[in-house]
Amino acid sequence: MTNLLLEVRDLKTRFHTPEGTVYAVNGISFNLPQGSALAVVGESGCGKSVTMMSILRLIPIPPGQIVSGEALYVGQDLLKLSENEMEANIRGKAIAMIFQDPMTSLNPVLTIGRQLTEPLRIHLGLDHNQAQRRAIQLLEMVGISGGANRLESYPHQFSGGMRQRVMIAMALAANPSLLIADEPTTALDVTIQAQIIELVERLRREIGLTIIWITHDLGVVAGMAERVIVMYAGYIVEEADVDALYEMPCHPYTQALLAALPRADRRRDRRLKSIPGAPPNLLVEPKGCPFAPRCEHVRERCRLENPTLTTVSSSAALRGLSGDHRVACWVDLATGAMR
Amino acid sequence: MTPLDSQPLVQVKNLTKHFPVLRGLVLQRQVGLVRAVDGISFDIQRGETLGLVGESGCGKTTAGRTLLGLYPPTSGEVLIDGQDMRHTRGPELMALRRKAQIIFQDPYASLNPRWTVNSIIAEPLRVHRLLPTEKERVERVKELLRLVGLSPTHLNRFPHEFSGGQRQRIGVARALASNPLFIVCDEPISALDVSIQAQVVNLLEELQDQFELTYLFIAHDLSMVRHICDRVAVMYLGLIVELAERNELYENPLHPYTAALLSAVPIPDPKQERARQRILLKGEIPSPLNPPSGCRFHPRCPLAKAHCAETTPAWREISPGHWVACHEVA
Repeated sequence: MTNLLLEVRDLKTRFHTPEGTVYAVNGISFNLPQGSALAVVGESGCGKSVTMMSILRLIPIPPGQIVSGEALYVGQDLLKLSENEMEANIRGKAIAMIFQDPMTSLNPVLTIGRQLTEPLRIHLGLDHNQAQRRAIQLLEMVGISGGANRLESYPHQFSGGMRQRVMIAMALAANPSLLIADEPTTALDVTIQAQIIELVERLRREIGLTIIWITHDLGVVAGMAERVIVMYAGYIVEEADVDALYEMPCHPYTQALLAALPRADRRRDRRLKSIPGAPPNLLVEPKGCPFAPRCEHVRERCRLENPTLTTVSSSAALRGLSGDHRVACWVDLATGAMR
Repeated sequence: MTPLDSQPLVQVKNLTKHFPVLRGLVLQRQVGLVRAVDGISFDIQRGETLGLVGESGCGKTTAGRTLLGLYPPTSGEVLIDGQDMRHTRGPELMALRRKAQIIFQDPYASLNPRWTVNSIIAEPLRVHRLLPTEKERVERVKELLRLVGLSPTHLNRFPHEFSGGQRQRIGVARALASNPLFIVCDEPISALDVSIQAQVVNLLEELQDQFELTYLFIAHDLSMVRHICDRVAVMYLGLIVELAERNELYENPLHPYTAALLSAVPIPDPKQERARQRILLKGEIPSPLNPPSGCRFHPRCPLAKAHCAETTPAWREISPGHWVACHEVA
């Protein structure tokens, strides 16, 4: 049994807004083994970011509210820690997070060096020279050479890809065990995206970093993840090892998403298969399966009762070749029978 | 003389667009020149979709806008249906503009939030005085809404009442309103969710079939470009470096930049991804203020030789329809 770094149980997050209650995260459970790479996939508003922000307690309360759940980080429930403990031991220390837009995450009027060394001096208690040396070391770790000169630069002098590298360097400053990357390459060009994925992969190998990568891009997931969670309307609808998910997607939403993607490595053979309709309004308390209104396999029961996430037996899983394949769907798409 | 119909609908010859960089308040002086588009040539046949791809800052959006006359070109020629906007005036110019429309990237920024759907879609009809009465215009807007898959009852709603995909459909309806021949689609799906992208792409294809439209499809999503385009042009720092039929380009890329770009495109298949050999390029795109000498790609090129820094590679046709600008391609 591998060591679990993070164990999330039945997490529910809501936002109480003037328009009504937003049911953002509706009971999420997953395990994250030490050293693994997990991808959380879903479209905007599916709750993938809110899940991670809830775990780090970065949700503004109010209007946000973590209604229930546990987030056990090496056995310690993050949702029960005091704000001081979170700030002193968890955020930026044990768990670091990087975001989509590196420009808004960096202060434009401070040098890169100032922004990199400040946490080193405050959190790690390094003196000026030690902090400078460590900052140069961190920049080299993320592939930015010419350290000392670079520390004098301002964020606008760096390109988008370089800024994201600086963000990763800052995230690594306190030697975190877990890096949560929220759409870190969405704003970047494909060639730069490939460089950043390569970098994160190398950090995982070399320093044993555990990764959660939030994205909407099933192409990126295929290249970096070991395990994948597919989210829809605040629920996990499918969870599997990466090969199992792409070879044998079991949820109609996952299947439809994969069918809606054109591929750069294949000749066109047909029109894209589109998913009708739009994601549901999260202001309405969910009843039934959230995907039912858009699902081509929908049955009577789907509209009344929301299926729970259950393990499906795949031949690979039975032979112990892969982890659990879990899906939340009443219909067994392979046979058409009800589960 | 070739008959007008067998001519390409769009002919672009050595088009350039430079933006001056100015300093000073009253006595402005020019301190530099951004060579956003620096001499590109291509044709688009009637009914064809030409893809224009490249990374941010390569000049693809500027190229699309200059093509439509939204930016006056610095030099070069753009013929749409045989006519050059720079040499037409008055009613002729209006008629030409009516034939060429654009769909913008951001469906949130490109629709006026204070206008109803009706006024947004009817604007081209009013500007071009296509239908004289309000009643006729409303009927036409209803018809356009149906065409793009929205309900005619949405007529008096405002943009904020629609989702991103629906807003993009409104943008499509506006572009179609004046019965254009040619539409520049400037990243029309990159702001949309994956499940909505396919809807909009399929809509664009259906409309193309129905109205024999010609598209310039500007995008950075190379998977979608292979799907939707007949031919694809790859831009780098203001220049087209390669142009070919889509399958030829994706299966037999000749320019080292095209090869690197294609190798970086994520493929939704873990087995393929593990087996792939990525060409990781050094560094990032240099500034178009001061592009490198010779071949603009040489500082990042894995194949670069000494002469690449000195002479600009010629634009050559390597095999029928497959054009490339690279010294190292035999």
